[in-house]
Amino acid sequence: MSSTPSLADLKTKARTVRKAIITSTTTAGSGHPTSSLSGVEVAVALYFGGVMHYDPKNPHLPGRDRFILSKGHAAPLLYAVLAEAGYFSRDLLPTLRKLGSPLEGHPNMRKLAGVEASTGSLGQGLSLGIGHALAARLDQLDYRTYVMLGDGEIEEGQVWEAAMAAHKFKLDNLCAIVDQNGYQQTGPTEKVMDMKPLAPRWEAFGWNAIEINGNDIGEVLPALQKAATLKGQPTVIVSRTVKGWPIQDLIGPDKNHHGKPLTVEQEKAALAFLDA
Amino acid sequence: MAATVTADPKLGKSVREAFGIALAKLGESRPDVVVIDGDVHNSTRTDFFEKKFPDRFFNVGIAESDLIGIAGGLASCGKAAWASTFATFIICNAYDQLRMSVAFPNLDVKVVGTHAGISIGEDGPSQMGIEDVSLACSLPNFTVVVPADEISTGHAVEALAKIKTPAYLRAGRPNVPIIYKPDTPYALGKATTLRDGKDLTIIANGLMVAAALDAAEQLAAKGKQARVLDMHTVKPLDDAAVLAAARETGKIVVAEEHLLHGGLGSVVAMSVVRQHPVPMRFVGINDTFAESGTPDELLKKYGLTAADIVREAQELLR
Repeated sequence: MSSTPSLADLKTKARTVRKAIITSTTTAGSGHPTSSLSGVEVAVALYFGGVMHYDPKNPHLPGRDRFILSKGHAAPLLYAVLAEAGYFSRDLLPTLRKLGSPLEGHPNMRKLAGVEASTGSLGQGLSLGIGHALAARLDQLDYRTYVMLGDGEIEEGQVWEAAMAAHKFKLDNLCAIVDQNGYQQTGPTEKVMDMKPLAPRWEAFGWNAIEINGNDIGEVLPALQKAATLKGQPTVIVSRTVKGWPIQDLIGPDKNHHGKPLTVEQEKAALAFLDA
Repeated sequence: MAATVTADPKLGKSVREAFGIALAKLGESRPDVVVIDGDVHNSTRTDFFEKKFPDRFFNVGIAESDLIGIAGGLASCGKAAWASTFATFIICNAYDQLRMSVAFPNLDVKVVGTHAGISIGEDGPSQMGIEDVSLACSLPNFTVVVPADEISTGHAVEALAKIKTPAYLRAGRPNVPIIYKPDTPYALGKATTLRDGKDLTIIANGLMVAAALDAAEQLAAKGKQARVLDMHTVKPLDDAAVLAAARETGKIVVAEEHLLHGGLGSVVAMSVVRQHPVPMRFVGINDTFAESGTPDELLKKYGLTAADIVREAQELLR
């Protein structure tokens, strides 16, 4: 967990996570695979790139680093990563969204170890992350808190209330990642509510901003490592991604494909593509 | 048989001030207590805590949604988070955050809404929380408490601090009569019988408890004996006390400084209907916003006085 694997290892891990996202949502018959796929490199770098310190056997360890998935509809990504990290058996992944499964449609912290926050009502994760970051300071613990938001999600006003507060409290132990995959439910984010330019907005709120290609693990890992060294203010990583990466062309002309699982045929083609 | 209690005509502290004092005291024995306020701590009186424990106090500015989210995050890390601002803002503005970041994950966040009811007076309806109890009761896992005076407020803060689940504490702005004696029994979830009687029961909370006691005195002068229950805990409701009131007195008046829809009256009525239906009457705000005025003018105009309780009681007793 804290050792530093090679980029090749991380790419292999990303492939495994992607397959789990695709198969779990197709098996479920619903869910948000494309919203999950865009964030894979960030989550893999956090959990397997030596960035986050955690112990799946002791999921409530006070000093653990935290990952809060504020864009809760990307739950299949969180579940796939937590299973790979050893929080629970991979055998649970096919129970996604089924009655009685702890893998609910959106993350439920009371049902699954490793889930740090119950999310799904967009805009709330960054405030929760501030609470974790303030608690670290009170308890004199050096853990870091990472919060992944969607680029549509940041249209919620609460996100900017939280951005102000994180700056006020100088929370350099807090890192936000905006998974800028460019789409939200009904279309391109820039058409629904143009939030560009993203990085200057966050900088205007008193944050460090780092812009990266978020589907290139070679850019993601150093950005997360750098964020941990920046002191005095919180850091946001504006992670430009592709929704559905890298199988976006296998699921038809709709570059959004929001909230729809792949068909069994698309799933087969996608898995073959990833293995090629 | 409970001792007959009357409201001390000399006003005691406001519930918000009593809350602030109790919270600052709680901070001494509980290093896990943290307080988050929305820049009204000199109104909610969490400034008493702030002065003693500045490191455990967070002013997050005028941002209620973020306030509740931060409280949820702190509680996720084992803190006992007390979150306060005006009742209508903390409940209405941050309702989804209360639902999703506190109630659903069942976190130890104590939400305190001050300036509840129309008795805030001159600031007018934008500042008056008149729907907060109803909305708080609609949050699963929440305990909901509406204290009547400074002594029971101290008891409520102590009792709420002992439970690890979320709660809403409603606190009014004006100074209110002292009702409880230091040795009056108090238990969360248990109605306090302030006066016994056989002819009817008046169930009240908040500042309507003093009005209920006043009404009971007036009824006694007319030869009718009213039981008076302080139903400080709206959720979970003391169904046993409601059942006993229905069985033993046969008539119930409920009085609250809150909209009739979804408030104490609604909750008690459901309990009565489920257990032992009896005739009931309701004193509360009847589907309207109030306006600016002095607290006494408003309580009179909107029907929240002892005279209003007496009138409803006499309707039942006719």
